[in-house]
Amino acid sequence: MSQAVHNIPHMADTQAPPAIVLDKVNKWYGAMHVLRDVSLTIAEKERVVVCGPSGSGKSTMIRCINRLETHQEGHIIVDGTELTDDTRALDTIRREVGMVFQSFNLFPHLTILENCTLAPIWVRKMPKADAEELAMNFLTRVKIPEQAKKYPGQLSGGQQQRVAIARALCMRPKIMLFDEPTSALDPEMIKEVLDTMIQLAEDGMTMVCVTHEMGFARQVADRVVFMDRGEIVESGTPLRMFEDPQTDRLKLFLSQILRGH
Amino acid sequence: MSQTTVDQVTEPGYTAARDRPPTGTTGPWGWARANLFSSWWSTAVTLLLGYLILRFAVSFVAWALINAVWTVPFSPQGVPNTAVCQNAKGIGACWAILPDKYRLILLGRYPYDQQWRPAICVVLFVTLYGISAMRQFWRKELVLIWIGTLGAVGVLMWGGVLGMPLVTEDQWGGLPITLILATFGLAAAFPLSVLVALGRRSTSLPAVKMLCVLYVELIRGVPLVAVLFMASVMFPLFMPDGVNIDKLLRAQVAFILFTGAYLAEVVRGGLQSLPKGQAEAADALGLSYWKKTGFIILPQALRMVIPPLVNTFIGSFKDTSLVLIIGLFDLLTMGTVALSDPPWQSFSTEVYLTLAVIYFVFCFAMSKYSRGLERELARAHRR
Repeated sequence: MSQAVHNIPHMADTQAPPAIVLDKVNKWYGAMHVLRDVSLTIAEKERVVVCGPSGSGKSTMIRCINRLETHQEGHIIVDGTELTDDTRALDTIRREVGMVFQSFNLFPHLTILENCTLAPIWVRKMPKADAEELAMNFLTRVKIPEQAKKYPGQLSGGQQQRVAIARALCMRPKIMLFDEPTSALDPEMIKEVLDTMIQLAEDGMTMVCVTHEMGFARQVADRVVFMDRGEIVESGTPLRMFEDPQTDRLKLFLSQILRGH
Repeated sequence: MSQTTVDQVTEPGYTAARDRPPTGTTGPWGWARANLFSSWWSTAVTLLLGYLILRFAVSFVAWALINAVWTVPFSPQGVPNTAVCQNAKGIGACWAILPDKYRLILLGRYPYDQQWRPAICVVLFVTLYGISAMRQFWRKELVLIWIGTLGAVGVLMWGGVLGMPLVTEDQWGGLPITLILATFGLAAAFPLSVLVALGRRSTSLPAVKMLCVLYVELIRGVPLVAVLFMASVMFPLFMPDGVNIDKLLRAQVAFILFTGAYLAEVVRGGLQSLPKGQAEAADALGLSYWKKTGFIILPQALRMVIPPLVNTFIGSFKDTSLVLIIGLFDLLTMGTVALSDPPWQSFSTEVYLTLAVIYFVFCFAMSKYSRGLERELARAHRR
């Protein structure tokens, strides 16, 4: 992981090729229009936080990026490869894009270590010993190396989510997607997961994160994207978005979020 | 009872006496009080049932052991003289039929001097079950052991090599037929059912999905007897002249198809009960369809359906006895054949009771093992 030590503000970083391009993406569930002309370009090493009320399409959008959901119109280009029905292109992209889910989705029948080594061994064709060493490295980074031999069911929610992050990192992805990673956690466990994510952001990982944690957004995000009713309403730096919201919808959303906290 | 309790309480170092529940609520006496004599009504039922069970047990022991006839004299021609048994009928069992007929019942009409071959096959089968049941043998090599054992069974039964005379399938019978049908049947039906269940859930291959649905619904819509009849009577009509597929093989295939359809629905139930997130997480990690299925989906789905799977296994094991209707001589049929010998004709109870015990041993072993396995797997991966 040869990340830059300095974190350049990425809005200015125009030379680097974009990591993710969404171009006029549309998606329907039956008659329901869940993504409306969503266009978004994310630069390499950029950290983007996506927020918005529930049902705004933010989860759907992030799930389109590694094709857990398929879009019906528009183009999605990830790491230079366009997402189509071509399964080989999809395999390439999924290898480069890690994902962390709201409900952790660890494999309950495998130990923590096996959870982390499965994909490197079978997708990356890494020798088992190397994969285990790598996994222990990442488990140490998320501060739970001592749990390696346990099963997911024996861990707390916060620990499970940190394992899920380590599992995704073991594939050495270029991009990490987080789909509400702290929403299913008890309050006292949210911090340990956010700390892990902050550390990851500081290492220069390209991150797209759907979350309502505004503190996290303020601290690490280069850009905040606000979605409502399937479209991107407003985007900008966290400071600008939170201090000076331009649209009524964002103002309303922020007031609701702040009241809730 | 009370004496030992006092001893325990006064034992040096034993200070927890006051924490113990009051006397009479633990141990066998406490259990009986809570479960059998909790009210006058429950006491009455307990006493009544106890009386009935006791009466049945006493008369059964009298019939099966005390008044039983164990041997009968044979004439020089080998014909048994069952007069003693006839006299004891209704009072005592006539176990003398078993030493006379056990080889016919267990091994069928296999040439008498070659019967060591099917006997070894039975031992091989039971050993195979035993090895497969032990978790330390759950490795890739187990598949080889299965293939090797089933191959050895084929060689032993048919012969024709290694100096063993050829014995065709029409001479096979008894326990080996039952075990062959059940073992080959389940060994082939189980993988088939997994593929069909996966096919039925496929979203990207509609043709495969339809084929799987058609197969399951067609087979489930007819009784096993009908499938066996079709395999034995109708199927040869459609074959070109000169092509003759053996009856046992046809029955075996029919049995596999039938069991496969039922198992497929059980497996599908397991697949459906798995949270969607598991497949999504595997997808997100870039695992291919077969790796996702093999490492993530099936291990969890099959574990969840162990009880209904074993239920179907047990049912299928007993269903092998239906091959009687197409003229194959399985264990149960051989019992009937043994009873057709005139001197023994009236002693069916003894034979069927023995057969029931044999079936029970196999089925109970399966059931007991599956419960143990469930407990073990649940303990390791509690969620």
